[in-house]
Amino acid sequence: MNKPIQPTYTLDKVGEENFALNLGPQHPGTHGVLRVILHMDGEYILKADPVLGYGHRMQEKIAENMTYPQTLPYVSRMDYLGALSYNLAWVLAVEKLCQFEVPERAEAIRVITTELNRISSHLLWWGAFLLDLGGFTPFLQALTDRERILDILEEITGSRLTYCYFRFGGLPSDVDEEWLTKILDFIKKFRTRLPRYHDLVTGNVIFQHRSKDVGVILPFDAAGYGLSGPILRGSGIGFDVRKHEPYSGYDRYDFEIPVDQNGDCLGRYNVRMAEIEQSLRIIEQAIGSIPEGPVRSKVPKLIKAPEGEVAVAVETPRGQLVIYIVSEGGKKPYRVKYRVPSFANLSIFAKMAKGQLLADALAILGSLDMVIPEVDR
Amino acid sequence: MNISLLSVVGYLVGIAALVGLNAVILVWLERKVAGHMQFRLGPMEVGPHGILQTLADGIKLVSKQLVIPDEADKPLFLLAPIVSLVPIFAAMVPLPFSETVQAWELNIGLLLIIALGLLNTLGILLAGWGSNNKYALLGGARAVAQILAYKIPLLICVMTIIMMTGSYSLRDIAIAQKDTWNVLYQPILFIVYIITVTLETNRSPFDFSEAESELVAGFHTEYSGMGFSLFFLAEYSYMFIAAGLATVLFLGGWHGPWLPGVAWTLIKIYSIIFLMMWFRWTFPRVRIDQMLSFGWKILLPLSLINFIITAGVLAL
Repeated sequence: MNKPIQPTYTLDKVGEENFALNLGPQHPGTHGVLRVILHMDGEYILKADPVLGYGHRMQEKIAENMTYPQTLPYVSRMDYLGALSYNLAWVLAVEKLCQFEVPERAEAIRVITTELNRISSHLLWWGAFLLDLGGFTPFLQALTDRERILDILEEITGSRLTYCYFRFGGLPSDVDEEWLTKILDFIKKFRTRLPRYHDLVTGNVIFQHRSKDVGVILPFDAAGYGLSGPILRGSGIGFDVRKHEPYSGYDRYDFEIPVDQNGDCLGRYNVRMAEIEQSLRIIEQAIGSIPEGPVRSKVPKLIKAPEGEVAVAVETPRGQLVIYIVSEGGKKPYRVKYRVPSFANLSIFAKMAKGQLLADALAILGSLDMVIPEVDR
Repeated sequence: MNISLLSVVGYLVGIAALVGLNAVILVWLERKVAGHMQFRLGPMEVGPHGILQTLADGIKLVSKQLVIPDEADKPLFLLAPIVSLVPIFAAMVPLPFSETVQAWELNIGLLLIIALGLLNTLGILLAGWGSNNKYALLGGARAVAQILAYKIPLLICVMTIIMMTGSYSLRDIAIAQKDTWNVLYQPILFIVYIITVTLETNRSPFDFSEAESELVAGFHTEYSGMGFSLFFLAEYSYMFIAAGLATVLFLGGWHGPWLPGVAWTLIKIYSIIFLMMWFRWTFPRVRIDQMLSFGWKILLPLSLINFIITAGVLAL
């Protein structure tokens, strides 16, 4: 029998005040089944030791044993808050591998839904981050608006969380004008709600003190640890896959990449809040310039991929997702690799938590916007 | 003063009824306030507008098994909630509700309440230590660490009022404000007082010893059933006493037009409690070291300067 792998419990500095604190896997601050073993000196953290794998589901191995369409609903179980980005990445990867065409109308609707999904993910993060800082009301405020997005998405995708909406070569069905005006109505209403978010939280003295200069990531570290998404942009590096390697016609829209130079929790907060506004801009442009035409190109019923390998990068709400497929021909892939943003983003936590107060460590963990099933896969 | 056994029993029953009724109302009010601040209704099912929800919850809590962790220090673990709750019965005694409604007029009533308020911290410390849980221990340690940072400014606040009135009796202090409430003379002191009692009652944004997202549930992590509900009862009763003290010290006690004295006292008390609930459902939590430096570097000098200026003005 193999012994299960146990992390070391030895403390760096032995003294009367040092102890190991098990943060998780059942803890309100870790947002899921993440476990961090904290070596504490009173309230200060000497060393943080994340333990992963409680939600490991062998996503990559399962993908090897299923046909390409069968994997499609499965990828959205990884990042359940930004499921459409995962959908999109898988669909794009297979389309690139098999060289399927995608009509422009389908691309526009893909962008609209993915950006709506990004806003809903950021809203939930906003609430959960404030929950980590001890504020309860923002969470409910954010969920009120998120609910409207879920309603809109439910109408065409049929589900509220783990979407399986995109198809190889386009979309399952077309959307109507009524649905598009519904989104415009939502955007109009949401723009009046966003200033209230800032009134309630951003200007708050306590919030500023809790997040400013807390958990600073230098640009050098951010690049070195392979961070991506709002965390990388919060450290002053303006990299966004949507801008630098545009997919699904993102190059047709005019939007900015919000960047914050401070690299602290407040910087990451500001980047995400600005991203919500940019997403609204993208959606408005996409709806304004949506072309007429079919939403699905001719795709064979039984998908058999040619031999070859393909990698596709997509900007999920949490950062850069890369799906890499190796095909030896046939219905199933030979090997699938997911490069997930949360996993890389978590890797810097141990470095950041060192020497911090427990309260700050949880603020940092909250600002990293973890989705644990995505880390564990 | 003549104290018969019957009157003592009468006071105890009255205070117990007040503590119980107050907790029932406050828990309901807290959930309603939270609900309406978050665009929801709060409890609606039990009784009209859910007013009986707390009773239903209370019955549930009482009927639950009291789980004692294996490694816990059993006597301390059981003693902690009682230590937390019992002083309240004594602290309610000198609180005047009107010129005539008062359990017992004590000439050192103010001192008694301040002193008994400290026992709450002892209860939290015992719970933190007795639970044999690291989160609970951290919660208990935090409660002790913050005592001095808020107790000294609080005491200086109270001293200033005593100096203005020249009496430790709560009744005299209220009577002295017949024409002008103290809050008009001492607005800064009133703010300092509200901040320090929010700290004393462990309410958000200063709920360090509970700190849900950091310490799971802090000092009462291991408590269930009755133990938990006693802590709950204690928290809301301390809120009531703190607000009652604020009413007497700053808001003129029972003085007010048209309504009878008791009604005015209760209106003022519940307004201050509402203010504390408003804090809780609006602000994120302060970090403990920030609170300590805030207490030592801002609250203490502010109340001390205020004390000296008041003394100077009174001397003139």
